Amino acid sequence: MDIVIVGGGLAGLSTAYGLAREGLEVIVIERGDHPGSKNMTGGRLYLEPLKRFYPELWEEAPFERWVTKERITLISGQKAVTLEYSNPELLGHSATVLRSHLDKWLSEKVQEAGAFVIPQKKAVDLIWDGDRVVGVNVEGEELPSKVVVIADGVLSFIGQKAGLRTPLTPEKLALGYKEVIRIGEEEVQRRFNLEENQGLAHLFFGSLTKGHFGGAFLYTNRDTLSLGIVIGLAGAANSKDMNAPELIEEFKARSEIAPLIEGGEILEYSAHLIPEGALDCVKGLYGNGVLLVGDAAGFTINHGFTVRGMDLALLSGLAASKAVLYAFKRSDFSKNTLSFYIECLKEYGIWKEIYKFRKNSKILSSTTRLYTEYPKWVCNLVGDLFFVNAGGREKLRSILWKHLKDVLWDLRLWKDLWKLKEL
Amino acid sequence: MKVEEKLLRNFYRINQTPHIELARELCLSCELKPCTRICPAGLYSLNDKGEVTVEYSGCLECGSCSVVCPKGAIKWSYPRGGYGVQYRFG
Repeated sequence: MDIVIVGGGLAGLSTAYGLAREGLEVIVIERGDHPGSKNMTGGRLYLEPLKRFYPELWEEAPFERWVTKERITLISGQKAVTLEYSNPELLGHSATVLRSHLDKWLSEKVQEAGAFVIPQKKAVDLIWDGDRVVGVNVEGEELPSKVVVIADGVLSFIGQKAGLRTPLTPEKLALGYKEVIRIGEEEVQRRFNLEENQGLAHLFFGSLTKGHFGGAFLYTNRDTLSLGIVIGLAGAANSKDMNAPELIEEFKARSEIAPLIEGGEILEYSAHLIPEGALDCVKGLYGNGVLLVGDAAGFTINHGFTVRGMDLALLSGLAASKAVLYAFKRSDFSKNTLSFYIECLKEYGIWKEIYKFRKNSKILSSTTRLYTEYPKWVCNLVGDLFFVNAGGREKLRSILWKHLKDVLWDLRLWKDLWKLKEL
Repeated sequence: MKVEEKLLRNFYRINQTPHIELARELCLSCELKPCTRICPAGLYSLNDKGEVTVEYSGCLECGSCSVVCPKGAIKWSYPRGGYGVQYRFG
């Protein structure tokens, strides 16, 4: 076999697609019943970065809805302030997706292109010849290979075996978990004021994560909602009042959420880790006969208000396929030749992005006032603007001054802003 | 809704061999026991003797428990190919 790919998620399948259409022999090893059956996302896929490289594919992809409406809510106790942006012209910019459907569809495309996708098989180890990777051990069976592409996701047990990953620590990871709730297509459109095909992406920050890095999300699918929580593992692990199953129930009980999911039927409950630490998750992206792609390579970007991972997985797969083709042309699979992968990542526009924003999650997780004081401050200020006292209202300048005077002189605000401007 | 009821909505193919093993000695010396709070499926609990137990069959395969365990007491791997949770939506 020319190439064995460990993991049939978006990164592995994208690598396989890039290689199979060039006529190379490719096998994708997938431990689930089919690609996608071990994956979950919030979630939304950004398409602009992909259109140039995958023009033919996305016409028929099983997307749920186009996101034309964005909402961000800041929460402080019972209070909440929401910002909404809507633009019907955003059709085609980003789509809500369900991974079990999307990955399965992409795996069919990959197989049409000539790759083999082998489900229900777990890669357990690498096969070495000296310091070179020359194959994969799949539940006791040895699969020799000229190059192994490691696409086994955030935990990347095979990436660890390759010596390319740093130890998994809570600081580098966040836990995402969600419910898929069916309310019906008409209700999705009615409750969220959407036309057919249009969708909503809604993020929530503030006291709901009890002072720790994280938030909640709600995405509209065709006839279901994806509703869930993301929490930084480091903060959550050390906080005695943090209980994951209770947290999502508290969120669902909120007055902003309860009516939106009323009468809905929970179809599935899923969870996954997120490699927030980005490049901190890896020691290197390639070795002799081996490459890392997608979550296994730590390719995620968290801006707080936008979160990316799936588009980077798809692009890194194409970049890896180009690097592997380059190695095949030279019949040289050494680390030196595969270092061309970095050039390919640059060409596909993701290296610069990942490098530029590599500290984002550290910034977001260390600025804990984002989850405490700031939402509280915004809620109190907006609350005063809308409140009419029995004794009459203050002038606007007095209200603003009352709220601004304390924070403006607080050096911590300016320090935080100095950090946050890098997002 | 209780988390146990949510897990009933998922499709699992359960392997007779557990993919999670606990080192009980180490668990006993652990004060925080973050596994009992962090596992989104609520699979970790304390028994009558105050020992941590895990119900591996409902696992969502996120791996959080072993990452947050301060004692390194949770030996966690993916279930054998074709076993464990099979997401139909994801």
